[in-house]
Amino acid sequence: MTDVAQNASPAPVPRPDARGKDNVIIRFESITKRFGNLPAVDNVTLDVREGEFFALLGPSGCGKTTLLRMLAGFETPTEGRILIDGKDIANLPPNKRPVNMVFQSYAVFPHMKVTDNIAYGLKMDGVSGSEIRRRVDEALELVKLGGLGERMPDQLSGGQRQRVALARVLVKRPRVLLLDEPLSALDAKLRDQMRSELTSLQKKVGITFIMVTHDQDEALAIATRCAVMNRGMLAQVATPSDLYEFPNSQFVADFVGRVNMFEGVLEKDEQDEAVVRCADFSAPVYLDHGVTGARGTTVWVALRPEKIEMHKRAEGQTPFKMEDAPQGANVTPGIIREIVYLGSETNYEVELEGGRRVKTFRSNLTRYDQEDFTHDEPVWLAWHACSPAVLLS
Amino acid sequence: MSEAATPRPRRERPGPLEYLRRWPLRIMVGGTLFFLYLPLITLMVFSFNDSRRNIVWEGFTLKYYEKAFSNASLIEAFTNSLTIAFATTILSVILGALAAVMLWRFRFPGKAAAEGGMALPIVVPEICMGVAMLVFFARVMPLPQGLPWPANLGAIIIAHTSFAFPFVATVARARLASFNRELEEAAKDLGASEWRTFWDVLVPHMKPGLIAGALLAFTLSLDDFVITFFTAGPDTVTFPVKVYSMLRFSISPEVNAASTILIVVTVALTAIGLHLQNRNAQKTKA
Repeated sequence: MTDVAQNASPAPVPRPDARGKDNVIIRFESITKRFGNLPAVDNVTLDVREGEFFALLGPSGCGKTTLLRMLAGFETPTEGRILIDGKDIANLPPNKRPVNMVFQSYAVFPHMKVTDNIAYGLKMDGVSGSEIRRRVDEALELVKLGGLGERMPDQLSGGQRQRVALARVLVKRPRVLLLDEPLSALDAKLRDQMRSELTSLQKKVGITFIMVTHDQDEALAIATRCAVMNRGMLAQVATPSDLYEFPNSQFVADFVGRVNMFEGVLEKDEQDEAVVRCADFSAPVYLDHGVTGARGTTVWVALRPEKIEMHKRAEGQTPFKMEDAPQGANVTPGIIREIVYLGSETNYEVELEGGRRVKTFRSNLTRYDQEDFTHDEPVWLAWHACSPAVLLS
Repeated sequence: MSEAATPRPRRERPGPLEYLRRWPLRIMVGGTLFFLYLPLITLMVFSFNDSRRNIVWEGFTLKYYEKAFSNASLIEAFTNSLTIAFATTILSVILGALAAVMLWRFRFPGKAAAEGGMALPIVVPEICMGVAMLVFFARVMPLPQGLPWPANLGAIIIAHTSFAFPFVATVARARLASFNRELEEAAKDLGASEWRTFWDVLVPHMKPGLIAGALLAFTLSLDDFVITFFTAGPDTVTFPVKVYSMLRFSISPEVNAASTILIVVTVALTAIGLHLQNRNAQKTKA
């Protein structure tokens, strides 16, 4: 797949928290998994590098969990190979693999107290008693459960049980730690807290984490790199900011974050500018970068709500001029139809002349900002020449 | 006291399940308990009756207990019964647990038939089971005669296990329905083999079911008369069979005394079992 918009992105700046080293720790080689005739995972090839916090992101049924379970050894690939540190692990049963998993239900053993839960994996490995005690205490401290070691799982809250599940796998010092929807069972407030704790925990222990999630906010917030999956196939593999700003397809643009999508035709395509004509706008969409596509191809213009500016419009006024676009381009008239005040921001739905509705929002920078616009007010919508993502598929 | 100062709440109308606050229900509950327990209480009381004929109360005595305890054949029957019941319980729990796990865990051709077939001993009339066992041990698989005790109880133990283990399997199976498969995967993920997983995760989960099943198997075996009657030989008399043969001559207080002991033993074992189960449930719950 050609990543059209990627061409325009500036030279990649290494992110300060890009912890991925260069060596590949896990490699999926053309992995296919069929249940009956239905492919759950369809020819996926993917590398995960050492030290990454990698997220498998996608809607339910996209195959992300199946991929994770194949890595843990609970499913066998129909075709393809999985390599850990360069070694094929096809013949290793789950209990022999250097990966450990935190389950969606946490799967804390209900009949064992916390320390026994954490010690279980070490006991299975035949670690000596004193060593087990030392490492269990260490793990309890690591996940901030010190003093709760004697409790039974039923005496713990959901968040604490998750910590037990984390400690139980971390204590084994696996090469790779797998997390299946780690935050989905927690309430909203706890989820935010665990998000940042997971990140700092991963930094501290330096183990490669692979997380499965359907929640794009979660993936963007936690992961250093994400793979978006759709119908068993990889849609895009990129850093969170690249996924959001430079999606490679309508699916990714739509799945990650909110987006306004417009179908259009490529009218002009040169080295450093391009023009797309969309049926929804009277004005052309002007871009300050080239798009690899032949003239006349159908493309989709993806515009994030926060990248659309809203300006007052009066009858008979000349169109608002965007400073980095020619007069009349990247601007379209509309009427505010819906306003949702959310405190920190206000969401607007603006109806264009053709009847199409566009989502946008404004941050409430002062206490009076939400009073600037009202229902049925005519406005100009405008955007910068570098804001739209042009998608070929 | 400050509590005394607050006025007593007015008597509310009894809810539909507050049996004891509606007089018709009180009578029904009382009547049920009365007719359920009166025979048992009579039996126990008359075991202390100082009369050979055991029809009218003539005074307190323990002599029939002494007599029962010195009756060698009665003691032998009692020992046989307990031995059979213990062996049956152990075998039934093992077989029942394995059968439950098999039916819960695997899909295989003829699974429905296997499931139905396993429940068959529960529904087949006992008399048919008894005759079937008789024919089986006489014609199909005759066990060697004249074995030393307790090997001579083998036929009865096999017969008892065959009707007791489906009860264990049913209870354990029901318990497994609430098992979280991720627990099993977690154990394997942490390095446990299939066998360790079964032992460390599945068995503890099934435990309450297995204890309940064991109690069922024990009591079923202990008081079984019909099937035992058909499979027992002259030197393998069990307690119920012995009591029956004693009753053919007279209703002696000795029988009452022996029965009382059996009731006490059964109730005590059930209480211990339930206590263990409760403690267990509390441990996993609390």
